[in-house]
Amino acid sequence: MIGYPPELRELIKVVEETREERMEQVMKRLSLEERDELVHRWHPDYRKDTKRPLRIGPNKGEIVYNEIADLLEAWPAEDPDEVDLSKIDYDVDVLVIGGGGAAAAATLWAIYSDVEPDNIVIATKLRFGDANTVKAQGGIQAADRPNDSPAIHFLDTFGGGHFANKPELVRALVTDAPFIIKWLEDLGVMFDKTGEGEMIENAGGGASRKRLHAARDYTGLEIMRVMRDEVWNYGVRILEFQPAIELLTDPETGEVSGALLWNMETGEYTIVRSKVTILTTGGFGRLHLAGFPTTNHYGATADGIVMAYRVGANLRDMDSAQFHPTGVAWPEAIVGELITEKCRGLGAHLVNVEGRRFIRELEPRDVVASAIIRECAEGRGVVTPTGRCAVWLDLPLIDIINGPGTIKRYLPAMYRQFMRQGIDITREPVLTYPTLHYQNGGIEIDPYTHVLRPDGSWIKGLLAAGEVTGGVHGKNRLMGNSLLDITVFGRRAGITAAKIVGEKASKPKISLAHVKRYMAELEKLGIPRTRRAPKILPDYRGKHVLERYINILY
Amino acid sequence: MSKSRQVIVESPEAVVGKKFVTIYYMGKKYRVPAGLTVMKALEYAGYRFIRGVGCRGGFCGACSMAYRLPGDYKLRTGLACQTVVVDGMIIAQFPYTPMHKPRYRIDDMKPDAGLVIKLFPEVTRCIECNACTKACPQGLEVMDAIQTILRGDLARAADMVFDCIACGLCSLRCPAEIRHPHLFQLVRRLYGKYMAPKAKHVEERVREILEGKYDEELDKLVELAKTNVEALKKMYMEREIEK
Repeated sequence: MIGYPPELRELIKVVEETREERMEQVMKRLSLEERDELVHRWHPDYRKDTKRPLRIGPNKGEIVYNEIADLLEAWPAEDPDEVDLSKIDYDVDVLVIGGGGAAAAATLWAIYSDVEPDNIVIATKLRFGDANTVKAQGGIQAADRPNDSPAIHFLDTFGGGHFANKPELVRALVTDAPFIIKWLEDLGVMFDKTGEGEMIENAGGGASRKRLHAARDYTGLEIMRVMRDEVWNYGVRILEFQPAIELLTDPETGEVSGALLWNMETGEYTIVRSKVTILTTGGFGRLHLAGFPTTNHYGATADGIVMAYRVGANLRDMDSAQFHPTGVAWPEAIVGELITEKCRGLGAHLVNVEGRRFIRELEPRDVVASAIIRECAEGRGVVTPTGRCAVWLDLPLIDIINGPGTIKRYLPAMYRQFMRQGIDITREPVLTYPTLHYQNGGIEIDPYTHVLRPDGSWIKGLLAAGEVTGGVHGKNRLMGNSLLDITVFGRRAGITAAKIVGEKASKPKISLAHVKRYMAELEKLGIPRTRRAPKILPDYRGKHVLERYINILY
Repeated sequence: MSKSRQVIVESPEAVVGKKFVTIYYMGKKYRVPAGLTVMKALEYAGYRFIRGVGCRGGFCGACSMAYRLPGDYKLRTGLACQTVVVDGMIIAQFPYTPMHKPRYRIDDMKPDAGLVIKLFPEVTRCIECNACTKACPQGLEVMDAIQTILRGDLARAADMVFDCIACGLCSLRCPAEIRHPHLFQLVRRLYGKYMAPKAKHVEERVREILEGKYDEELDKLVELAKTNVEALKKMYMEREIEK
């Protein structure tokens, strides 16, 4: 609870002295060429040493981050010959794998579309709701103001994604958006509104209109807990601390027919057979790509990617990761945590050690992140007491621009996060540096959330929604499009699942045949048997402990 | 690339080697680097958590804990992912709070405190001891919110407990055995659904979309995205940006 040491207090004076002058300054909008140059030079996506070509599977030869290649070029956690598939523990219509916003939306819309709540199982690694969804602070996009339209939202999203998005998915995203807001409002989500009920909508990086709907800076938490409460009300069976470690397939048709779950506390496996399996396992932040800290929750280890790849799913844009421009760089206790983009939406400046702004703060995220990395690499950053490099985010400006009390009212989570470390953001700037935030790419789906093979055909019985998928955001996601992604495509997955359930008269057979085929390929490549996936949890135990570690109880 | 390019893994090893403090986790003594959160310090000490950890950023409420500081009788509460280690602190975690959630159909409810109390009758047992408020890691006025519900002012109560992260610490401390997280969730939903004014402009836009007002324009954009990205790039760069 110490706050800033004297050497940083000295540097803060520079930020304070230049504040008035900076407020007059208008930062130039970068051209596409200038953006490209900045990103290519400084963004981790373009570093040669962070990625390599995949040696196995449907996307063999494609370039992905090293940490992803490590997981895909890995042996299964289980031995398929040791798994007894004759006893099915849960025999249901719909299996939802994951416990975040996409899982909740999919479950609810499956129920609305006439799947019996008793015929759904949700299997999740941590608790239902322990997900990146609850950490999303800034807001959710939807083009619902008179000066806005789904078409403008399309253009913003497509441009922000470097024109690499899958157009049909973007269209679904922007078209469903206002409907999703209305649905959430009807469920009881407390959006920030004026006294007349008009949504208070903020600016976000890369968005050309103010269309970020927020619930203070707990937007994701509020949306998650309301959807979760509703799932609880329906009495759906939720298996917590039981992540899926493998999908099951029908050996004759190849369709997905359930999953193998693993009880993290007892070590036993459980078998779920289902007519439809919905993957909503989220992203990969806890793999710490390129060595970066992350904003992600503890369980974000890309399990869904691993499982889907083994059944033949096409992965796309896995060469791109989103580094949120403004992670906490100091104090060490909260390094990597998010400083919401809403801060910049409300007018906070990014400032280097000389007290100068160096980028228009509301450029798309990869552009702003690249600019911060540049400032540090070229010696205009602030060196923190723990030896990291950072730039200032001038947060007190928010109250100066929008009136006193704005921070406490609209950014209570931010205020609290720093206050706990002895820093008062209504009076003091904070130190920031990019942090690994979002998996831009993932499993390719169509607008109905069917998982696709590289040839565009469906992998029957398998749907996917949310961060685990790719295509919606191209190579870079805009702020406020992830809460929208999970609700729009979660909903679509629930509806599609209900349709499949209605059409499928009998339950499929279950097997691990696809895993055996994958293993044969691993064998041929000589992948060491010690390399296994999914990873399930990161390991932060101290080196001094692991050096003396003996495993006796297993 | 440049030498100041940071390779910074979250591992506490990055900051080891400076100052250490002693903590006691459920009675066992560990030397851990100063400046870390309780969660990171325990991981440094060799723990790999399954329970008692979630978002690691103060939003999910999974890592509730209680602790005492040396020479102080006061039982303090907090989140392991947000609380920095202090020399001599003794710690226990509460990864789970036993609590039934009453099931209800939100569509059949009314914004009526009487209905709320029917589902959570223990609310009337509040003895105004304020233990809940003292336990809240979010600094919410929990007891005042309970009293506000008893007075029938659900709108005010919903506002007061908006920042609740459902960690359950208030419920563990409450002599009236109130299930605060579920109670507050219901109150907020009743406010959001029934009391907050509706966003008419959202409803209007939904109607326009259903009528197909934007279909043609979107068809064109999808077509351009597939056949003429350069034209789309031009539109993107020339689009007007709202100040």
